[in-house]
Amino acid sequence: MTGAALRLSDVACLRGGRMLFAGVNLTLEPGGGALLTGPNGVGKSSLLRLCAGLLPAFAGTVERSGGVAMTDERLALDGEQGLRDALCFWAKLDRAGPGAVAGALAAMALTGLAEVPVRMLSTGQRKRAMLARVIASGAGVWLLDEPGNGLDTASLDLLGEAVAGHLAAGGVVVAASHQPLPIVAPVTLALSDYLPTYPADAA
Amino acid sequence: MRILWLLAARDLRQAWASAGLWLPVAFLLLVASLYPFAVGPDAALLGRTGGGMLWIAALLASLLPVDRLVAPDMQAGVLDQIALRGVGEELVVTARLIAHWLGFGPPLMIATLPAAALLKLDGATILTLELGLLIGTPALAALGLLVASLTAGLRSSGALAGLLALPLAVPLLIFGAGTLGDGSGAALKFLGAASLLLVAITPFAGGAAIRAGRE
Repeated sequence: MTGAALRLSDVACLRGGRMLFAGVNLTLEPGGGALLTGPNGVGKSSLLRLCAGLLPAFAGTVERSGGVAMTDERLALDGEQGLRDALCFWAKLDRAGPGAVAGALAAMALTGLAEVPVRMLSTGQRKRAMLARVIASGAGVWLLDEPGNGLDTASLDLLGEAVAGHLAAGGVVVAASHQPLPIVAPVTLALSDYLPTYPADAA
Repeated sequence: MRILWLLAARDLRQAWASAGLWLPVAFLLLVASLYPFAVGPDAALLGRTGGGMLWIAALLASLLPVDRLVAPDMQAGVLDQIALRGVGEELVVTARLIAHWLGFGPPLMIATLPAAALLKLDGATILTLELGLLIGTPALAALGLLVASLTAGLRSSGALAGLLALPLAVPLLIFGAGTLGDGSGAALKFLGAASLLLVAITPFAGGAAIRAGRE
């Protein structure tokens, strides 16, 4: 994977008339990972959606290259389909190779569940299925929103291995979590440090 | 182009899996079988008014699938995942329009045949009706999809969808039902024009609505 990069310069986010954060700078070259931390509602998910280009930045610029894959709390897999078929739909959109889905299923220890309809999966298995979609996408930039939610210890280790492997292959990872993750990321961004400061006379 | 067919195939499969394809067909047949009970079994009256009634039934049937066209995929994050891959919303809506028409238009046209028999329509009227539906159902599908995109993020979108769609469908109804009593073919041409307009603006208006509804 070549050319994966993510660059945020002086980014601010306005949601629902409220400035969530301002002045966020982040530069990730190939192999760079960042961990977003902070309490609920501080804007971690909004920052990830900004990075993905799904939200416009109120101020500042977001540059990315190398394709983006993202997970959030929504599964985005068709419930009636088997897990492999549901993942194959996205793999086809991504033009991923034929082995990509099988490799991703193996990486998340889901191979035994490949034929099970998605709606039958448990919470943790759904989360792993989302991560498998990210792995299969072959995208350079991974944006993971609370990837550890609902995962047991063994699955958390799989997540850590997948992220480490992606970084070693020259990818970029941004993970947001309010709890500790087994992810080795050189950069930690505590979003509560970027709360906007208002002039004293502002209401 | 590859992406367009991939998305359309998925949408068609989803519609099939949700068994939503039978709903408009069943509705049309039900209305056609109830109509003689309401106006009486006078064959001349049924033959004269039945075609227009089937147009109204087709129009109302097109509103039935509105709440499954866009909103579930928006809530499940599917539309966001497609956008992440750099696919434009216009393409998404175009694929959806193709899939929706394939699942809505031809079944409705087939269901019109037994419905027409129930209403004692003659052969020439059935032919005109089918021709009108062939031209008109893409517009009905487009209108349903457009309204579905506009109301996808809202609560109680179903009722709102009806209020939004029905005024916009007035030209289709006038020209569509007009073809039945018009020997010159002018109504058919106007129907075609109205249909083309709706099919042409839906990808752009629907795409813009989905983009605007993203938060």
